[in-house]
Amino acid sequence: MNMMSTKEIGIGNLLASGMTLKQHRDAILERTQSTGYYNGLEKLEFRDSDPIGYEKLFSKLRGGLVHARETAKKIAASPIVEQEGELCFTLYNAAGDCILTSTGIIIHVGTMGAAIKYMIENNWEANPTINPGDMFTTNDCAIGNVHPCDIATIVPIFWAGKLIGWVGGVTHVIDTGAVTPGSMSTGQTQRFGDGYMITCRKTGINDEPLRDWLHESQRSVRTPKYWILDEKTRIAGCHMIRELVEEVIRADGLEAYEKFSEEVIEEGRRGLMSRIKAMTLPGKYRKVSFVDVPYKHEDIQISNAFAKLDSIMHSPVEMTIKPDGKWRLDFEGASRWGWHTFNAHQVAFTSGIWVMMSQTLVPTQRINDGAYFATEFHLPKGTWCNPDDRRTGHAYAWHFLVSGWAALWRGLSQSYFSRGYLEEVNAGNANTSNWLQGGGINQDGEIHAVNSFEASSCGTGACAVKDGLNHAAAIWNPEGDMGDIEIWEMAEPLLYLGRNVKSNSGGYGKYRGGCGFETLRMVWNAQDWTMFFMGNGYMNSDWGMMGGYPSATGYRFEAHNTGLKERIAIGDSLPLGGDLDPSSPDYERHLDATAVVKRDKQCMTTEDCYDNHDLYLNYLRGGPGFGDPIDREVSAIENDLNQKFLLPEFAEKVYGAVFTQDAKGVFSVDAELTRQRRTEIRKERLARALPTREWMKEERERIINKHAAVQVQHMFATSFGLSEKFTKEFKDFWSLPADWQLLEDELGVPTYGSKHRMDLSLMPDVKTVVQVEE
Amino acid sequence: MSYTNEQVSHLVEGSLDWETTFRMLSMPKDNSRFEQYLAALQAKVGFKDRIVLPLAPHMYIVQSAKTKQWLIKCDCGHEFCDYKENWKLHASIYVRDTEEAMTEVYPKLMAPDTEWQVYREYYCPTCGTLHDVEAPTPWYPVIHDFEPDIEAFYKEWVHLPVPERVD
Repeated sequence: MNMMSTKEIGIGNLLASGMTLKQHRDAILERTQSTGYYNGLEKLEFRDSDPIGYEKLFSKLRGGLVHARETAKKIAASPIVEQEGELCFTLYNAAGDCILTSTGIIIHVGTMGAAIKYMIENNWEANPTINPGDMFTTNDCAIGNVHPCDIATIVPIFWAGKLIGWVGGVTHVIDTGAVTPGSMSTGQTQRFGDGYMITCRKTGINDEPLRDWLHESQRSVRTPKYWILDEKTRIAGCHMIRELVEEVIRADGLEAYEKFSEEVIEEGRRGLMSRIKAMTLPGKYRKVSFVDVPYKHEDIQISNAFAKLDSIMHSPVEMTIKPDGKWRLDFEGASRWGWHTFNAHQVAFTSGIWVMMSQTLVPTQRINDGAYFATEFHLPKGTWCNPDDRRTGHAYAWHFLVSGWAALWRGLSQSYFSRGYLEEVNAGNANTSNWLQGGGINQDGEIHAVNSFEASSCGTGACAVKDGLNHAAAIWNPEGDMGDIEIWEMAEPLLYLGRNVKSNSGGYGKYRGGCGFETLRMVWNAQDWTMFFMGNGYMNSDWGMMGGYPSATGYRFEAHNTGLKERIAIGDSLPLGGDLDPSSPDYERHLDATAVVKRDKQCMTTEDCYDNHDLYLNYLRGGPGFGDPIDREVSAIENDLNQKFLLPEFAEKVYGAVFTQDAKGVFSVDAELTRQRRTEIRKERLARALPTREWMKEERERIINKHAAVQVQHMFATSFGLSEKFTKEFKDFWSLPADWQLLEDELGVPTYGSKHRMDLSLMPDVKTVVQVEE
Repeated sequence: MSYTNEQVSHLVEGSLDWETTFRMLSMPKDNSRFEQYLAALQAKVGFKDRIVLPLAPHMYIVQSAKTKQWLIKCDCGHEFCDYKENWKLHASIYVRDTEEAMTEVYPKLMAPDTEWQVYREYYCPTCGTLHDVEAPTPWYPVIHDFEPDIEAFYKEWVHLPVPERVD
């Protein structure tokens, strides 16, 4: 009576092969390792014997995945999903390796695969069991998710009682019930504040979500209506794809499907190597990125004293392209994870880079795990991109992933340039921010949270033959779309007082980076409303290329006690349009003298109070530039001036343009006077410059004397603490004395996490999946 | 797919029509591009040294006509160093490490805080061309950002004879 067996329940024969899922996966890995081909597939029998049948199968599955995404997203009410397309569906084989993926946020090509592998490694088939009609939900950043707002539904696919694969669907939800509202909030410093966290939980059986899950999950977030419709979106898409697979097997047979599901991965592996050989150049490329984490400021209100410090995230990469077309991405020297929400799991890196590569190196429909198998990743354990502590927060892992990857794109662009494929060169990415987030009671009287996805349309980097695109894209979503004002005004109690191209935001160059844009929002008809800022401010996270400048950094503008209610009532002037020149601000001239304005470089804040008629400037960044600015065509400068993409002062100072402005305000640049001025600029440059080695002597003295801001020293100290190689290279470069060292302990800032850490793998009964060299 | 020498020259000049540029972007790559690219660049430069590999719009690895040594060279004729070295160590540098220097190039609030990040501008010591802008933290080593494997590239990837090199 009510006596439980001590035997684990449900050990099945899911694969009808006598092997457990883990044995099956281990065997694939072993064959891949020993032969160099995915699952030992030196020959692609199906593809080679029946290429048309193989392509038909590919087209059916890929078309079905895209169709499922396009159809399912109409169920969602969240503009993030419905407008911005922040969703994706992916098909996996039984081992959890990705076969094909839909369009959309294809960073998840591997993240859901990592969750499936986690279930496999931790014997989910025995407990909680895997059955036809099951649904699993996951968003756990400690096992591979990018950030907790990416909620994934994973459905096993069976045929005649045998597990033949999985389908996963992911949507970016508006709120995760974190410490502060918005899907990527900043107020927390650890996982425990990152919001509702679900680890591959069985949340449905017989195709129905479980009632305990529905009740618990909806009350765990601020936006239950959006949440449940997002879930229905994911379930509908997964079930459409499951039916598609069933149809394909009915038409083509199980053997063909199973062969395809392995051969297409090997084909993807070979495809990447062949693209590398077709487009790049063998050799070593070294690039680096940084981003600021300014947490010392009073507008960062967090609950942990040990997180109250300014720090810098550091991502050096050595990219080695080998003569055989394989490549190695080595992040040795990266800084340690931190007490913020910008850490990233290794899979966010290994999976995520393909969303970027699909925009450059592999612009094909065949994105799958094959590319992963053609790449060696070295992500040192303990770094921000492979944390060794189970407490780390990940809510806005993108704060640095975007820039960490941009270093790779710049390396690739060097290779494209040297090989003559100038049309492929991209100087880098924008820091895809600001993120306008917040919450409270909205215009419909409901508890609400917002996360404006206008950031999906930042400026792109300059090319070697043309300017970057203005307000066009974000690396993390190839279908970038800023969204319609009318939709955002329905989703957010924030009226638009302006939406303009941001002057001077694109990095200067022969070809300039694409400009970002800025929207001025006024709080309207909200109650108990809050908002915060999130982006780069004190630093640029992306460099220009070959003489081009980085894009402009961010800054923040917010205003309270504006008097706008009365000014609107009496018809007084209002702040409208863009913040054209922050050196000479204009908005303030249209606010009451009582207004409290914050205009500074603190672009990272936590939840602050906003009344109706308060203002918030959402400035979306530009992209970096390419080539020496004094090589820029005169006509291009003229156009930039007339379109207000460039302020006249900088047309003179940076581009050497000599121009006039007529009575109607139209600028004309004089080519001959500009040429003469540029000759002078060359002389001025040399007059103010030093031989590099002379300057290095001065810089060395500053290092010996430890003369640098604490955050700079802190960054180096955490990188030194994790990497002897980086330390040695640094000391060798600057010829520092053997006993020179820099330790966190000497900096006078909190050092929690510097010595004592505990990895998830140390928890009982947990087997983590490692997919990189650590 | 291949392109005419004239089209490649226009690409180098930034004057290629969009239709052809778009075709270059969207179609499989033309393996003959590298040779055409070298020819287009060689016709532009005022020196006799043979271009081995372009590095930047005004910078090349060249085979010295006199010594056959491979050098990094500006198109004004300035020779920086051997091709294996980091040319930046042989350049002229100007570091924007004050607010005043930053606001020369960006409006207020739109440049980095120089306590966090500086701009290092590397010029050709002869002609003043701006070859690169680094944007690191203070103290950061000067990055040697590209070490091409030219032999493997010529021999195995584009199947061209490797230019003679005397070290």
